[in-house]
Amino acid sequence: MSTAFPMNNKGLLRPLNLRQRTILLIILMSLLVITILTSSLYMDSELLSTNFGSKNLAPSLEHPFGTDWMGRDMLARTLAGLGLSIMVGIFASTISTLISVFLGLFSSMGKTADSIVSWLVDLFLSIPHLLLIILVSIGLGGGATGVIIGVGLTHWAGLTRVVRAEIKQIKTQDYIHISRNFGKSYVWVARKHILPHLIPKFMLGTILIFPHAILHEASVTFLGFGLSPHEPAIGIILSESMKYLSAGYWWLALFPGLSLLIVVLAVDILGENLGKLMDPKKAHE
Amino acid sequence: MYLKGENISFGYRKDDLILNNVDISLGSGEVLGLVGDSGSGKSTLCKILAGYEKNYQGTVSIDGKKMPSNAYNPVQLIFQHPEKAVNPRWKMKDILNEGHVVSQDVLSSFGIKTSWLERWPNELSGGELQRFALARALSPETKFLIADEITTMVDAITQVQIWESILDIAEKLNIGILVVSHEKNLLKKVCHEVICLSRINNAGLYNELAFRDMQNASLGGMVPE
Ligand SMILES: Nc1ncnc2c1ncn2[C@@H]1O[C@H](COP(=O)(O)OP(=O)(O)O)[C@@H](O)[C@H]1O
Ligand SMILES: [Mg+2]
Repeated sequence: MSTAFPMNNKGLLRPLNLRQRTILLIILMSLLVITILTSSLYMDSELLSTNFGSKNLAPSLEHPFGTDWMGRDMLARTLAGLGLSIMVGIFASTISTLISVFLGLFSSMGKTADSIVSWLVDLFLSIPHLLLIILVSIGLGGGATGVIIGVGLTHWAGLTRVVRAEIKQIKTQDYIHISRNFGKSYVWVARKHILPHLIPKFMLGTILIFPHAILHEASVTFLGFGLSPHEPAIGIILSESMKYLSAGYWWLALFPGLSLLIVVLAVDILGENLGKLMDPKKAHE
Repeated sequence: MYLKGENISFGYRKDDLILNNVDISLGSGEVLGLVGDSGSGKSTLCKILAGYEKNYQGTVSIDGKKMPSNAYNPVQLIFQHPEKAVNPRWKMKDILNEGHVVSQDVLSSFGIKTSWLERWPNELSGGELQRFALARALSPETKFLIADEITTMVDAITQVQIWESILDIAEKLNIGILVVSHEKNLLKKVCHEVICLSRINNAGLYNELAFRDMQNASLGGMVPE
């Protein structure tokens, strides 16, 4: 008995290795994202409706995140906002990834194509993201579509650069030349030999773009160029709450902001761990 | 039918020519040896002839016609390292049949076991992989085979087996073979003629006849006593 207990304890406390930690993170992240998405989709609209009987309440057991100047429950607003952010993030990072898939493969078709792509990459890396997102968003009439496309159009450059280098390396492999010598078209070779090799990179790329996409959506919305004030976005919540900070209603900004940060950081750590796992040199850390 | 490289000049960098005005000609059914010091550009010439390297000067042609660019290339190239010639994510049966469905005759001639077809490339030895690379390259559409040190990494007995199969199939299909090798024994046994690629005074490269009319005797003599 006295020996069994410490052993058991030691087993529990043994630090997890990178693979186990990453799997744990993936499970936790999926649970978090699913919870946020379902709660924001199936939220009782009562919770978001105004209730002037309970205005400006500080956090309590009944309203863990407090209430705002219209008596709306801040936990409910935060969950709805996070759900919206995650949707925008998923769409925008998918668009970015699709653009880098296309440009990466296009760059490998020839010298001219390659110079066009590297010129585009340099161009987009040199323009401040925020400025471009605001321009695109305004150009498309704002709202969710404008923000999603704006963020999607600005976040492909880094991944495209990685993909371009990777494709260059694969293209020197003999089996690519052999496939071409068997009469296979360039598109066939790209689909059968190059793309499958890149899929893990694209998945990781999407995950790494996701936190940037969310933060950019929030900041553009905060500045008033993104989602409309009628949507329960975190950016809207934050910009509205600025007016009430001086009145001492600190909970209006703190909890929504903190929740957004936690989601962003969690996805970022997940992406980093996945990246390390895919790099065989670091896999045994 | 003749595969011809004429006035071929090439450098990986502009100021450093690896090949300078090289001419080479290979006929159907002919087995031509190519020797030369390490680094003299033999592999580079092979890549140019097979269309892997495209930025060269001069012409490569078959009976005066330019090489096809989006169709089956009648010139197939095999290198020393078969593990680079296979996609590590593909099963051997898919690798084998990528260009055409390889006939049972060719499979048995190269001693390829049916059980190997279900394996991944990293589950086969270099010699076994090289048999796959050869089997898929020797299709009925192939007119010329360029063999760049293809048996350097296998033992003497395997080398004999592999070359017997190649020569057997090449004879049936009337394929011309360019054999790049350092091994005098092998060259003596399989080649009708051997040419040499050498660098003189850094002035560039030229090719010359190294030795001619080797007796095409039985390969058995290649195994060292
Ligand atoms: N991809 C490459 N890039 C730059 N230089 C190369 C490349 N491949 C080969 N070389 C150089 O070209 C020369 C000829 O190489 P190679 O054709 O492989 O010679 P060989 O097969 O006769 O040994 C060597 O000096 C080699 O260093
Ligand atoms: Mg060589």
